[in-house]
Amino acid sequence: MIESLMKYEFLQNAFITGLLIGLIAPILGVFIVVRKQALIADALSHITLGGIAFSLLLGKFWSSFSTLNPVYGGMVFSVTGSLLIEKLRSVYKHYEELAIPIIMSFGIGLSVIFISMADGFTTDLFGYLFGSVSAVSRVDLLIVLGISMMVIVTIFFLYKGLFLLSFDEEHGRTMGLPSKTINFIFIVTVALVIAISMRIVGILLVSSLMTLPVASSIRIAKSFKQMIFLSVLFGEIAVIGGLISAYYLDLAPGGTIVVIAAFILLLVILYKNVQYKFQSGR
Amino acid sequence: MDDRKPIVIVKDLNYRYDRDWVLKNIQLTVNKGDFLAIVGPNGSGKSTLLKLILGLLKIQQGEILLFGEPLERFRHWEKVGFVSQKANAFNKAFPATVFEVVRSGLTKRNGLFKPYPKTTVKKVIEALKAVQMEEFLYRNIGELSGGQQQRVFIARALIGDPELLILDEPTVGIDTKRVSAFYELMQKLNREKGITLIIVTHDTGIISKKVSHVACLNKHLYFHGNSSEFEQFDQKELSSFYGHEVKILTHDHQEGGME
Repeated sequence: MIESLMKYEFLQNAFITGLLIGLIAPILGVFIVVRKQALIADALSHITLGGIAFSLLLGKFWSSFSTLNPVYGGMVFSVTGSLLIEKLRSVYKHYEELAIPIIMSFGIGLSVIFISMADGFTTDLFGYLFGSVSAVSRVDLLIVLGISMMVIVTIFFLYKGLFLLSFDEEHGRTMGLPSKTINFIFIVTVALVIAISMRIVGILLVSSLMTLPVASSIRIAKSFKQMIFLSVLFGEIAVIGGLISAYYLDLAPGGTIVVIAAFILLLVILYKNVQYKFQSGR
Repeated sequence: MDDRKPIVIVKDLNYRYDRDWVLKNIQLTVNKGDFLAIVGPNGSGKSTLLKLILGLLKIQQGEILLFGEPLERFRHWEKVGFVSQKANAFNKAFPATVFEVVRSGLTKRNGLFKPYPKTTVKKVIEALKAVQMEEFLYRNIGELSGGQQQRVFIARALIGDPELLILDEPTVGIDTKRVSAFYELMQKLNREKGITLIIVTHDTGIISKKVSHVACLNKHLYFHGNSSEFEQFDQKELSSFYGHEVKILTHDHQEGGME
């Protein structure tokens, strides 16, 4: 594997991209989960699929668009979707969660239309849906690197505000925190990460990389900082393990990454059960 | 005289949700060093008044001045500490330590985008000492009792060295034995640190012994005066103000509540 990694550029691209996604997706996931917004990632991934399908459709019918990286289309749709979610939440103040199924079904609807217009399911699209070890180009890697650096800088500077708004939004507002601006930056960041993660994990499974490692860490973390650390650790284990197994077994990495993340969750739940029984002497 | 300068001035304040007025023609002044209790039945507009003072709701009619400045222009929120009624209703599974929660009270202190300075740990411990909770520094907030959590939230409000501390029904969920201890802590903060306090409460049986001023609110401000004047406010008047019969229950050590 290491020999192949040194030899093949596509493998290097896939692994470095995977490591970056394994770092930033769980970090954002921590804030998403504690704010009880886990389904936002699903809604945004479905609208991103619409952007990918739209880009592929453009490329099919207009040759000048054929060289355009579909990641850009996905990013535009995802960010637009995130803004629509924020808008819908302010429209349905007492039913904020409605924004998620609205955007999710709208995303699927758009995708189905674009896929139908492109004359069905293409091999390209399969890679976007479930991830691919071989599809990550050097350009994809550079986009992921740029966005990852932006996310890390954003979280570094917004950490204090995000923590307070996640724990007690009302208290944050009484302190004069610009809660709307922070929430807006956060959701746009989430949208961008979902769009760039699709090459590795796939659109349909990207939300799980944001939620499964966090679901594991939240069971055992003693502090918020430790939860972030453990989420990243579990995310990286899932990505590395998933990519290696996908390479050797010739499977879509989205599936293997998510199955390993789910396996880690299972181990954590078992560990907690054993610990509880041991402590209670049962 | 400067010590008695007004901290909060509420002038001609009216507020309504849809068509229902919840506050009508409220006039209220809280001076530096006051310990004011606002009492009133459920739905009397107490929490709405606090939210308006805190800038969480937009003023519809009237004016509020904080530290002499109109609320719309007021920017020194570090002078104001707040302990919400909802503080105890937070997500108990949130994996944060007492340290992380109290520290979050300094979120804006040295700039929202800068990391916490090295002196933060010392400040957190000092704030926790003020509420006798320092030994819980690295405990998970969700593992503490309701009363202990309440103290942690008070420490979070105190860490920013506020001049005005506002508490919305802080004794809800705290057992009666602890209520008296809570008021003693508030009196200590009021006397020793000179913090001006506004507290919304139902503890009518105990407040006259503990606070300096009382305001009775039920959409209108029925009474605002010092605690000895409030003691003259007899049971009949209190019942008429609440809109139903009210019995003051006074327990040992002046602990009290309302029925």
